[in-house]
Amino acid sequence: MTTTIDYKDLAVRLQEQFGEGFTASTDCLEVPPNLVAKAAEYIKNMLDFNYFDMVTAADYPDRFELIYRLQSLSHNVLATFKVICSRENPSVPSLANLWLGASLQEREIYDLFGIEFSGHPNLKRIVLWDDFEGYPLRKDFKGKVYGTAN
Amino acid sequence: MALPTEPFILNIGPLHPSTHGVFRMRVTLDGEIIQDVEPVFGYLHRGLEKLCEKYTYKQNIPLTDRLDYVSAINNNWPYVMAVEQLGGIVVPQRAEYLRVIMGELQRIASHLLAVGSLMNDMGIFYTAFMYMFREREKIIDLLEMVSGQRLLYNYMRFGGVSMDIPTEFLPALARFLKVMPGFLDEYDSMLTGNEILLSRTKGIGVMSSEMAINASASGPMLRGSGVKWDLRKDAAYSVYDKFEFDIPIGQNGDCYDRYRVRMEEMRQSLRIIHQAVEQMPAGKEKLPVPLRLRPAKGEVYTQIEAPRGTLGCYLVSDGTEKPYRCHFRAPALINLTVLRNLLIGQKLADAIIIFGSIDISMGEVDR
Amino acid sequence: MDWSISPDWPGNFWLRLIIIAVILIAFVMSSVIMFIWMERRVIARIQSRLGPNRAGPFGLLQAFADTIKILTKEDIVPTLADKVLFWAAPAIAFVPTLMIMAVIPLMNGLQLADLNVGVLYIAAISAVSAIGIFLSGIAGNNKYSLVGAIREIAQLISFEIPMVLALAGLVIACGSMSLSKIVEAQSIPFILLQPLGFVIFMVAILAEINRTPFDLVEADSELTCGFNTEYSGMKFALLYLTEYSEAVVGSALITAFFLGAWRGPILPGILWFTIKMFAVFMFILWLRGTLPRLRIDQSMRLAWKGLLPLSMFNLFIVSLQTVFFPDLALWISIPAYIIISVIIIILWAMFMRKERQSSNA
Repeated sequence: MTTTIDYKDLAVRLQEQFGEGFTASTDCLEVPPNLVAKAAEYIKNMLDFNYFDMVTAADYPDRFELIYRLQSLSHNVLATFKVICSRENPSVPSLANLWLGASLQEREIYDLFGIEFSGHPNLKRIVLWDDFEGYPLRKDFKGKVYGTAN
Repeated sequence: MALPTEPFILNIGPLHPSTHGVFRMRVTLDGEIIQDVEPVFGYLHRGLEKLCEKYTYKQNIPLTDRLDYVSAINNNWPYVMAVEQLGGIVVPQRAEYLRVIMGELQRIASHLLAVGSLMNDMGIFYTAFMYMFREREKIIDLLEMVSGQRLLYNYMRFGGVSMDIPTEFLPALARFLKVMPGFLDEYDSMLTGNEILLSRTKGIGVMSSEMAINASASGPMLRGSGVKWDLRKDAAYSVYDKFEFDIPIGQNGDCYDRYRVRMEEMRQSLRIIHQAVEQMPAGKEKLPVPLRLRPAKGEVYTQIEAPRGTLGCYLVSDGTEKPYRCHFRAPALINLTVLRNLLIGQKLADAIIIFGSIDISMGEVDR
Repeated sequence: MDWSISPDWPGNFWLRLIIIAVILIAFVMSSVIMFIWMERRVIARIQSRLGPNRAGPFGLLQAFADTIKILTKEDIVPTLADKVLFWAAPAIAFVPTLMIMAVIPLMNGLQLADLNVGVLYIAAISAVSAIGIFLSGIAGNNKYSLVGAIREIAQLISFEIPMVLALAGLVIACGSMSLSKIVEAQSIPFILLQPLGFVIFMVAILAEINRTPFDLVEADSELTCGFNTEYSGMKFALLYLTEYSEAVVGSALITAFFLGAWRGPILPGILWFTIKMFAVFMFILWLRGTLPRLRIDQSMRLAWKGLLPLSMFNLFIVSLQTVFFPDLALWISIPAYIIISVIIIILWAMFMRKERQSSNA
């Protein structure tokens, strides 16, 4: 059965490596945006989290939350990370170079939320057309009204 | 003497017999050899995740059917599980078994379609496809018996399933379980040893296990590459820990292995259904849940082993009757990550087969 | 009963020519209609479905209904197409298939032209049809068609050689290139005397008429429809007709060369010919319902590494027998040929399988 990693312990280890900024809660570990790339490399290579399960985003009134789920298939351990970035010019480092599996999912988030993934090899719209205006999954998105409603 | 040559660009899709929907590949060809591929998505984008934020929790169940329209029951599952975890809803044992039975039936139906259309891509002019649809029809009849519908079943509910099985379902299921292994053997005798099929699939589209893991492949894609990873065993949800079954894996990670894994998984699904029918307790199929469900604030991520791979649902509740955010981890989209790496250097004819062996469903890729 | 037609029947030379030409065209056309009907019904039965059964008894009139439909379709010529070639290509593809029929004896004496170089004529004319298909591929200015056209030429070049070499075995055995002489020599059908040649010829004909497993030119799952992607209306009908009249000619060639053509007891010769021809086509349909498609390089490999050496070997043993044991008794030669053929085919298949394993891995 899958076990979840001990976030408190992980936070301590990451803080020893990269300094302050990691806050552990019961079900996830919050990583500051500027340390994402380094922390991810450490988590992948040192802790053997080889499987990039999922990344998605959520739009809150004051922030964007990125939710990363990483898995270690060999040890069957699971870890959830959160990255909080501001609503103005949101940008986080891309993990597509570490895990190939992140590339399409990051493109999707870029397309629908407008969060920039710096260092992504091929960051462009994925499901919407290139000159689409706005980012539909943001809560303040007002789409064009089609049809004849008033 | 070398003639001056230049590559030419071929748009495969979005309307093409072998793109399984409206997928498009922009292929740069040198003769028949593929030099570059650019997958183009989005022809079936319906904004499903945004729609989920507009409807109430219960209204969203039929929406999830439309994710991967050939395995609708499996799509309800992670969403229903997520809401149940958020709302602290208890599912009766009988309902769990019913979910397992229907989910596995749906898995067989989905794999039949996958293998059948792979054979079509290979050029068996619909014979294998029609054979497999003959059996898929039987499964659809069974599912129609319990849900009243034939493609999008809208079967699961919070706290159970929409309705209990009718009395004639179990005998019909027993008949199906009795004949199905014979049909699987029939497919095997028609396809598996065929020299042309072997030469078309063996060693084609090889994906090493490292590459499969790195590219987040899941389901038969991952297992075909020799990684023994199946959420039904490794992160057993529902009542899967009560069944005995094997996880078939491939050795080389080529198209043939992915095909074999699917064929073998159908046999294992039959085993699971057998055991589930035997163990199924009596009782209620659904516990009452408030109509205007308001789960507690919080967020949850659930995942199941869908026919195409790990299907996950990330759900955020803000305490109202509509989800605040609903995201589906679509295995079909994420399995396509590796497409470009697999196709470059292959021939055009192989590209179709590799693409077919990935087995996508556009409803899930574009959402 | 002697059903044969005397050479001077039924009047002077020109009248005979015209009548036989009309009979030949009628034979090909009605066979095409029956082939289309058979293809759809037999494949449907193989796939456990019904097939067309509405138009006429057993759906026999389906082909006519389709023809009427297809003739009323708009005839679209792509803007960037090569207009002249686009119009000419279907005709260039279709006419040679009728021309081949001229030398095939449907019945004793029912033969438009008994050329003394009949085999050579067939080998030459059958290649022309491929040019028509190639032209229709490049004229439409469609990339799928272009790939199909390239494949067609590659396939033609590769499979023409084993085909002709297999026929050379026949020519050596009966000492003539004339079709009527070849049929005359088949008191025992050549399928028994030259089984290896039959297998090679059968495979080569399958490739020549673009039938499964060599339907790379159309390859509907890869190239949508290959060379005829851009065609519609009447021109498409002509290409469709070509496809089936090629199948008729292919079956007729196999019948004439290896199955004893019109020879058979009791029934009139033309009926025997038709029965044998349909049996061959039935076999082709069976393959179509069962086998996947080969890839282009695999098809080439089969031609150059598989069929070419085998046809050389066939030529060698047939020449050996003709030169050194011309009067070998049938009860020795038939089993000997069959055993040698089976052994050599199995050996070669093992070699090809090894080859496949080493090349794919």
